[in-house]
Amino acid sequence: MSRLILSRRTLIRAGGAGAGSLLLSGCDKLFENPTFRHTLEGAEDLHMATQRVLGRHALAREFAEADMSPVFRANGSREVADPVYRRHLAQGFAQWALRVEGLVEKPLTLPLDTLKSMPQRTQITRHDCVEGWSAIGQWTGPRLGPLLDLAGLKPQARYVVFHCADLYHGRPYYESIDLVDAFHPQTILAWAMNGKPLEQAHGAPLRLRVERQLGYKHAKFVTRIEAVASLDGIYGGKGGYWEDNGAYAWYAGI
Amino acid sequence: MRPGMAPKGGDVVRRHRFSTRLWHWTNAVTLLVMLMSGLMIFNAHPRLYWGEYGANYDAPWLKISSAQAGAGGGEFGYLQIGKVRLTTTGVLGLWKDQDGRLQRRAFPYWVTIPSRYSLAGARIWHLAFAWVLAVGLLLYLLWSLGNRHLQRDIHITRAEWRPSHIWHDIRDHARLRFPSGAAALKYNVLQKLAYAGVLFGLLPLIILTGLAMSPGTDAWFPLAAELFGGRQSARSVHFLCAFALVAFFLVHMAMVVLAGPFNEVRSMITGRYRLPPDRPASEDGMMGQEA
Repeated sequence: MSRLILSRRTLIRAGGAGAGSLLLSGCDKLFENPTFRHTLEGAEDLHMATQRVLGRHALAREFAEADMSPVFRANGSREVADPVYRRHLAQGFAQWALRVEGLVEKPLTLPLDTLKSMPQRTQITRHDCVEGWSAIGQWTGPRLGPLLDLAGLKPQARYVVFHCADLYHGRPYYESIDLVDAFHPQTILAWAMNGKPLEQAHGAPLRLRVERQLGYKHAKFVTRIEAVASLDGIYGGKGGYWEDNGAYAWYAGI
Repeated sequence: MRPGMAPKGGDVVRRHRFSTRLWHWTNAVTLLVMLMSGLMIFNAHPRLYWGEYGANYDAPWLKISSAQAGAGGGEFGYLQIGKVRLTTTGVLGLWKDQDGRLQRRAFPYWVTIPSRYSLAGARIWHLAFAWVLAVGLLLYLLWSLGNRHLQRDIHITRAEWRPSHIWHDIRDHARLRFPSGAAALKYNVLQKLAYAGVLFGLLPLIILTGLAMSPGTDAWFPLAAELFGGRQSARSVHFLCAFALVAFFLVHMAMVVLAGPFNEVRSMITGRYRLPPDRPASEDGMMGQEA
């Protein structure tokens, strides 16, 4: 009798495992089908359209100092190996300058001091990583919109690309946003965090804050801003490091 | 069923409407995909917090991880809730993958979509099927309001809310004494509570807490996160709702098996249901109380 129960139990277990692995490999197989995958990925357009309809100009919530995370986790590249970057870091970025170019009337070269002397915005916001964690910190820097106006965007410009000094797993990090987010009042180029100049681990000397999107959009170590008409042909063509190398969504408001 | 006569035990009757059957199976597939892709997303950061923020330097209330036992005890996987730590080696925190390699992720490959670690892949599944879940629920609720399914079958009457009635139903369930004959066409109060709890409680809550995790949504609808005391609290509630739905599923399966799986599954596929045989009135406890 006990043998019978055992064998029945084994049978049920084997059946369950069989059905389970069939389901699993089925889902994995289905995901390899380009049409199916493309359909699922199409939800990204739906997300962006919905968010733009419901909250095109909405501001991300800002917090009080008392709400800030005791320790703000640094993620992605925490150090930059590039010798030019390391020389600037050693000099406190005194000789460093941000370049603004691409589809602009007047390309700019902006030293850090110039960026600091422009009208500043300080905001305490929640940083949400795609992995699921959140940290609240304070960011200070000039708004991106007026800076782009200074350079004068050409009418063909549709995206703003942020080129970074770091290599992540051997490939250059970069990100991009569209003009709705670029001109959003909370989109700033932060040079200070929690009241102090940005540390290397958090993206010194300049980090993009695009508050209504997930952490990987907030490019660190920004050295060059390029206005473009299309993201095709820029690195992997999908508009960002994680978009190119990890199938993450370009629109990261979800 | 013979025309013009009230249904009685043994008759085959039409039970579930097409809209209910369609939504039931769409939802069954959707919830399975949502659960399994959700467990993969959890694997990217297998810690839960209360409040607005929460990351590696903050204290989680739930955590799945692995550690080394002292003095050559080897490595073990564990689930920690508060101060309580359960060893879960082989299932959570430390397990062997399909190639026999040791993995230190929270949930094992046989409950996640995709089966190999991919946060991006899981998000593609999860965020696409989220639309099916939310739009499906909305349409089903509107449709069921229109055809009076909710008012007729789910609505809990004043008499059913009476503690004595609920207690009676609990006792009937505990003795596995299910309604007989035409009485089986109506949901009993525990069934109604379970279905109403899922339709108006768990599913809306899991959608709302899902929205609360979106930084875009939080800008125009900050209440989504603030209702729960912050984004990380909403993430915790989202996870708890998922496991409450798993609990519902397990009870649901048990009841289907106990009530006659062939008849029950057929009624949810074709809509046709054979009424259980009538019991002599003297045996039916409900009769004496309700009459």
